[in-house]
Amino acid sequence: MDIHEYQAKKILSDFNILIPKGGIAYSPEHAEYQARDIGGNKWVVKAQIHSGARGKAGGIIICETLEEVSEAANKLLGKTLVTHQTGPKGKVVQRIYVEEATDIKKEFYLGLVFDRSSECIMVVASSEGGMSVEDISKDKPETIIRAKIEASVGMQNFQAREIAFGLGLDAKSITRCADAIMGCSKAFSQHDATMVEINPLVLTADDHIVALDCKMSFDDNALFRIPEISELRDKSQEDPQETYASDRDLSYVGLEGNIGNIINGAGLAMASMDMIKLAGGEPANFLDVGGGATPEKIVKAFRLVSQDPNVKVILVNIFAGINRCDWIAEGIVKAVQEVDVKQPLVLRLAGTNFEKGQQILRDSNIKYVEATTLFDAAKKAVNAIEGEVA
Amino acid sequence: MTVLINKNSKVIIQGFTGKIGSFHAQEMIDYGTNLVGGVTPGKGGSKHLDKPVFNTVKEAVELTGADSSILFVPPQFAADSAMEAADAGIKTCVAITDGIPAHDMIKVKRYMKRYSKDEKMTLVGPNCAGIISPGKSLLGIMPGHIYKEGNVGVIGRSGTLGYESAAQMKALGIGISTSVGIGGDPINGSSFKDILEKFEKDDETKVILMIGEIGGPQEAEAAQFAKENMSKPIVAYIAGLTAPKGRKMGHAGAIVTAYGEAASEKVEILEAAGVTVAKNPSVIGETVQKVLSKI
Repeated sequence: MDIHEYQAKKILSDFNILIPKGGIAYSPEHAEYQARDIGGNKWVVKAQIHSGARGKAGGIIICETLEEVSEAANKLLGKTLVTHQTGPKGKVVQRIYVEEATDIKKEFYLGLVFDRSSECIMVVASSEGGMSVEDISKDKPETIIRAKIEASVGMQNFQAREIAFGLGLDAKSITRCADAIMGCSKAFSQHDATMVEINPLVLTADDHIVALDCKMSFDDNALFRIPEISELRDKSQEDPQETYASDRDLSYVGLEGNIGNIINGAGLAMASMDMIKLAGGEPANFLDVGGGATPEKIVKAFRLVSQDPNVKVILVNIFAGINRCDWIAEGIVKAVQEVDVKQPLVLRLAGTNFEKGQQILRDSNIKYVEATTLFDAAKKAVNAIEGEVA
Repeated sequence: MTVLINKNSKVIIQGFTGKIGSFHAQEMIDYGTNLVGGVTPGKGGSKHLDKPVFNTVKEAVELTGADSSILFVPPQFAADSAMEAADAGIKTCVAITDGIPAHDMIKVKRYMKRYSKDEKMTLVGPNCAGIISPGKSLLGIMPGHIYKEGNVGVIGRSGTLGYESAAQMKALGIGISTSVGIGGDPINGSSFKDILEKFEKDDETKVILMIGEIGGPQEAEAAQFAKENMSKPIVAYIAGLTAPKGRKMGHAGAIVTAYGEAASEKVEILEAAGVTVAKNPSVIGETVQKVLSKI
């Protein structure tokens, strides 16, 4: 789960990391009020969407008068920002964050992630702040400093100091920087984060270490024990179909094609998508109804996929393991009748009792194309789109 | 000899008396697994499915001589149960549970570093289908009848794609020595590399099939290991060629965040290491057949 910049900064400040003075706003008037409240004569108005690279997309505006703050808010609120992280659909700005401008001496990069190879939390820092970490690894790999956090004891002071020295800070800022890194590490561990990125972390003109931007992601599997984080979820930043699916315990990812998929198991779902592509088609979605697909889940899945206007044909591929194909087939017949599916159907059942399942489908009055193998199913789905099979 | 489990393995179930635990316990008994009891804290002293229930794994091990366990414990308690099994002297533990927080799994992995190589438990999973040695023992949730006994060792991150492969092989008359589901989470008890190492030493395994997917460094690490240490031929299939970057595809671990984690990159890395890659999921069985015919 992702959260907004202003929410992430609030968490940082709970761990004694300095952040610029700021306030959230939902209207131009509100933004102007916040700027006046913050004081000073220079502000930054920042679009709050779940994405980095907002600056390049025009989501960050520097203002020198209260009128400019109001104008910037007016321009950003309701606007759809497209970045390389949002996908082509972009994300709508529904709130903005107004911040005091910071006088910057030097910018750094600080990130904490799970390193799946060493199975540790890895701290990554660089003296080249402001660039994306991908660009830093490509263009300035020599500036990257890494440290692994031992999960049982947490990050140690010397590790944070080593990073601070490695960033080229001078003596008077070392402790401030090391404290900020230690704070980040605590925030990461205590909130079940999967990613914390401060880019840039800056050294200010008066030698303070301040987090100018922050992104945080959290482990969906841990949300049950971090209610203070779960309540920060902003569904307006999610794809509505994906939200609909996740609220019903279905694993769904919307894609660009027109062949809808209903499959059990994540691996088999990815494999089926690959097969569709190979057969000359494009998948409209990834959808895993779970390894032990129940008829109820299948009804929910049909409801979700058949409502997608891009879906021209629906491919169902279920490999019954512990559950049986006859049971699944009954679920499919029920779902097709209940949901009133308009698209042509290609059905492939395999595994336990598949002959019985096939018989149930044949005896039902639903219209469908029967497929035997993965390849057969994909080919028939593509053909159905081209109108070769009605 | 078989990998990790055999006919004599004494199995206990952690989370024995729950609905899911009970269901799969019966399935395993029916398959011929030597189930000696189960653990549900607070229900010790009672009987379930005609087997003894214990309060702690330690007690179960002392009184039954159990050496293997399978976990159907809810995600919030599963890490604790895995460490309990390790501490009680269990040798092979399969964690079926889906949804264990990644931070908890890191703790489990660090906790297990306290054991020497000889006394260390092999943890398989979480979020996996478990282990099956066809005709011998089932320590998992897979449908036993789709697995034919034979000499191909299977390692996979996905459950149903593992079933699909087993069914394709059975249709071609190819059998399996042991199939190990390592699970779809970002932090796994055992990696592809860990299980490859076991198959290399297993007399009953002639060829190994690896079923990978997008996300994580495991397939690339396995490729490196195979190149340097494996004498047996390896066949691989990688799911997710059409998966978009940066999106989580069902499994918590199926997300591309770095170079080498996309399906096409993994295929390249594996092929460069001498692994035969099945080009699409419907020819996994055929590809194994071709490699088998050459040995």
